[in-house]
Amino acid sequence: MLSHFKLNINGKVREVEVDPTTPILWVLRDHLDLVGTKYGCGIAQCGACTVHLNGVAVRSCQLPISAVGSEKITTIEGLSEEGDHPIQKAWLEHDVPQCGYCQAGQIMTASALLNQNTNPSDSDIDSAMHGNICRCGTYTRIKAAIKTAANSQDLN
Amino acid sequence: MKVAKIKIGRRSFIKSSTLASGGMVLGFNWLMSCDMTPSQVKALPKEWFKINGFLKIGDNGLVTIMSPNPEIGQNVKTSMPMLVAEELDTDWNDVIVEQAPLNTTLFKRQLAGGSQSIRQGWNSLRMAGATARAMLIEAAAKTWNVAASEITTSEGQLIHTLSGKQAGFGEMASLAATLEVPSEVKLKDVTDFKIIGSSRKNVDGSKIVTGKPLFGLDYKSENMLIAMIVHPPAFGMKLKSIDDSKAKSMPGIERVFTIKTHESGYSLGAFDNDAFNEIAVLVGRSTWEVMQAKKELIAEWEMAEAKVEELNFFGRNITVETPAGLESTADHKRILEKMSIKKAKVVRKDGNPEAAFKKAVTIIERSYTCPFLAHNTMEPMNFYADVTEEKATLVGPIQTPEIMEQSVSKRLGMPVENIDIQMTRMGGGFGRRLYGHFLTEAAVISKEMKQPIKLVYSREDDMTQGTYRPSYHAYYKAGLDENKNLIAFQVRAGGIPESPLAANRFPAGAVENYVAEEWSQVSNITVGAFRAPRSNFIAGAEQAFLDEVAEAAGKDPIDFRLELLTKAESKPVGTNNDYVASRYAGVLKLVKEKAAWSTNKNPDVFRGTAAYFCHNSYVANVLDMIMVKGKPVVQKVYCAIDCGIVVNPDAATNLAEGGLVDGIGHAMYSAMTFKDGVPEQNNFDTYRLIRHGEAPKEIEVHFVENKIDPTGLGEPPFPPVMGALANALYRATGVRQYNQPFITDKPLAG
Repeated sequence: MLSHFKLNINGKVREVEVDPTTPILWVLRDHLDLVGTKYGCGIAQCGACTVHLNGVAVRSCQLPISAVGSEKITTIEGLSEEGDHPIQKAWLEHDVPQCGYCQAGQIMTASALLNQNTNPSDSDIDSAMHGNICRCGTYTRIKAAIKTAANSQDLN
Repeated sequence: MKVAKIKIGRRSFIKSSTLASGGMVLGFNWLMSCDMTPSQVKALPKEWFKINGFLKIGDNGLVTIMSPNPEIGQNVKTSMPMLVAEELDTDWNDVIVEQAPLNTTLFKRQLAGGSQSIRQGWNSLRMAGATARAMLIEAAAKTWNVAASEITTSEGQLIHTLSGKQAGFGEMASLAATLEVPSEVKLKDVTDFKIIGSSRKNVDGSKIVTGKPLFGLDYKSENMLIAMIVHPPAFGMKLKSIDDSKAKSMPGIERVFTIKTHESGYSLGAFDNDAFNEIAVLVGRSTWEVMQAKKELIAEWEMAEAKVEELNFFGRNITVETPAGLESTADHKRILEKMSIKKAKVVRKDGNPEAAFKKAVTIIERSYTCPFLAHNTMEPMNFYADVTEEKATLVGPIQTPEIMEQSVSKRLGMPVENIDIQMTRMGGGFGRRLYGHFLTEAAVISKEMKQPIKLVYSREDDMTQGTYRPSYHAYYKAGLDENKNLIAFQVRAGGIPESPLAANRFPAGAVENYVAEEWSQVSNITVGAFRAPRSNFIAGAEQAFLDEVAEAAGKDPIDFRLELLTKAESKPVGTNNDYVASRYAGVLKLVKEKAAWSTNKNPDVFRGTAAYFCHNSYVANVLDMIMVKGKPVVQKVYCAIDCGIVVNPDAATNLAEGGLVDGIGHAMYSAMTFKDGVPEQNNFDTYRLIRHGEAPKEIEVHFVENKIDPTGLGEPPFPPVMGALANALYRATGVRQYNQPFITDKPLAG
């Protein structure tokens, strides 16, 4: 049964008609043309689908649209207006991506970490990022980029 | 400068209208919708002038360079255009890179595999730039009425010093585009390179970090439906029938039917994987709805018959035997054991190994195994297809577009001219996307639906479909004389369904008495090339074994290898040795120096070393392990690489780092096992991949500096680190590791 939903995504109200069980991942990808959020496993094990729910990293493949209400969802497309969030800048500085597929999820998890901890230690990073798999193995660069972003002055 | 005759792909340099009107233009320009490079300061030009198949120059000097090969994360979309830009002598900031369309007339070997893109594109890409530069110079010479030989170029400028005249490439592009293509060109000396050898950022970097649509799974078109498949649950089974009564009545579902990927009598191509030929298909309006309907499809399966097929592998006919039955990992282990003690086919023999082993004072025998592995690209298999009566448009991630074009042509009965394959960026390849059955499936489904569809594999579909890295076994035997010299060496390597043996690699050539044997055992579990095929096991096994031999000989493991390599260089045994001993020794010496191997004797750090040659490049490692709360942690990996000239150093370093992490991860954690034909892992909750905290805390990559033409880097850093890891684990724990994965229960601490 299709139902009507009003969502708050990247600061905008978006309306969709979908089955209430539909995970936000597929609402974003199939219905709202926001394909930056990736499908990787569908069972919250790889982190490719990570978005922010009120600034906290969540796996959008496990978040049914019916559970979201008017809570604030931020996707990779809305992390910054100009693609210049300190994390995004640090990712470019370290030229982190290889294939790039998991990187939106990595960036969303990393930026949520910095929302809560502006000076994460190595083990803080390891535990926060544990749920994000990078099959290309860019882990060491990701860690370096997170530290660069944490040290940047424009991190609020 | 050296003068090079244009022999390679001369047609590529001739202006062709195909480029502008051909496959490049999509329905609504999806692939090019966000193609500006981040550093772009100039506005787009009013007019572009095509100089050759690889590049066009705008009236304002902007240059568009086509990247011919598929991008799977190896960064060729940046490094291949760098080769063109170098010889064109343009400013890299003025370069826009576009993914080239599949065009077998214009481009050669549009394939991502075997670490060959840079190696095989090295000459043709530079010549594309150099011919364009020559034509721009010729245009300036005509315009200024001066001798072409007096004109120089620098960063997109044409300069005639004698008259003080100067013009940008854009000003001469319209005339240059009308000139004859020169029959020979001058290529730069290595010492004159400005772009090659200096690090340039990934041209797609800003699109990746802002979530722009780049990947196959991101592709959309008007009226597109979503298709998913259901394949048999076990290898050795096939589809008998489906009951779609509930599935087809589910919300959003358009149709449920079955297809045959290949029709009977179809002669298989090199990359037509055939694990489950007949599959059920569900088509609907959204991915989630199709996923729900998939759960409601009732399928009946039956045992598949044994079959023998002919596979055309680049003109060579190979017989592929598929047995019937339901296989289990326990059976496989018994087979590996049983076969490994039988005499196998001798592939190489030097001296008299039998006699030498009899003479030996010390004999060391060891066996190594590894499991099947799934590629697990982060982007599951998918492809878009829009097949009509007249033409087929296919868009998505594929490593072998030019080969799959042939397969689709045969399957649809449509000439290749009417088939347009667009390459998207790939969310990982690792060899998995060489096998494009999903592309054929998408084409067949779209033809059946008479509508554009995007075929999407769920992670479970992807992981249980097959095309795995084979399961291998290697038995080694070494004989030392009374002076602890290695006088005899035997390797007997086999697997299901192929042997990983590389008979002519080190230590072949360094041991007087040497024998290499191979065997294989058929299986109905399908396999495919997996990053550094065969080397991805045999390197680690061999390097772990050599570590034990060095230990038995009472020698330092690096010095032991260097001694053998000195022998292989000065007095090689046999004539078919496939490595250059001095380059092999070179990476070992470099890593020895960088890791301060001889002087760094920290008792809390346990060091393992390994070196290997494959895919034309040489790699050596020193891996440092520490024990944290009783558990081994990879602290640091030193890596020395000789891949000739390094085109894009920072990107090359990134690729090597990834290869090391990947090697450690797979050796340590990953396995695909089976019970009665059913894969026992189908998603990342059961299939272990290395995660953040398990990666080395630090990686240091060093390249040997030389002027040798570049070789590949996608594969070579991956295999040897498995040996370095095993050897470090031994030093840290006192236990030798013989069977991958080394750790089967809990993750490493850290």
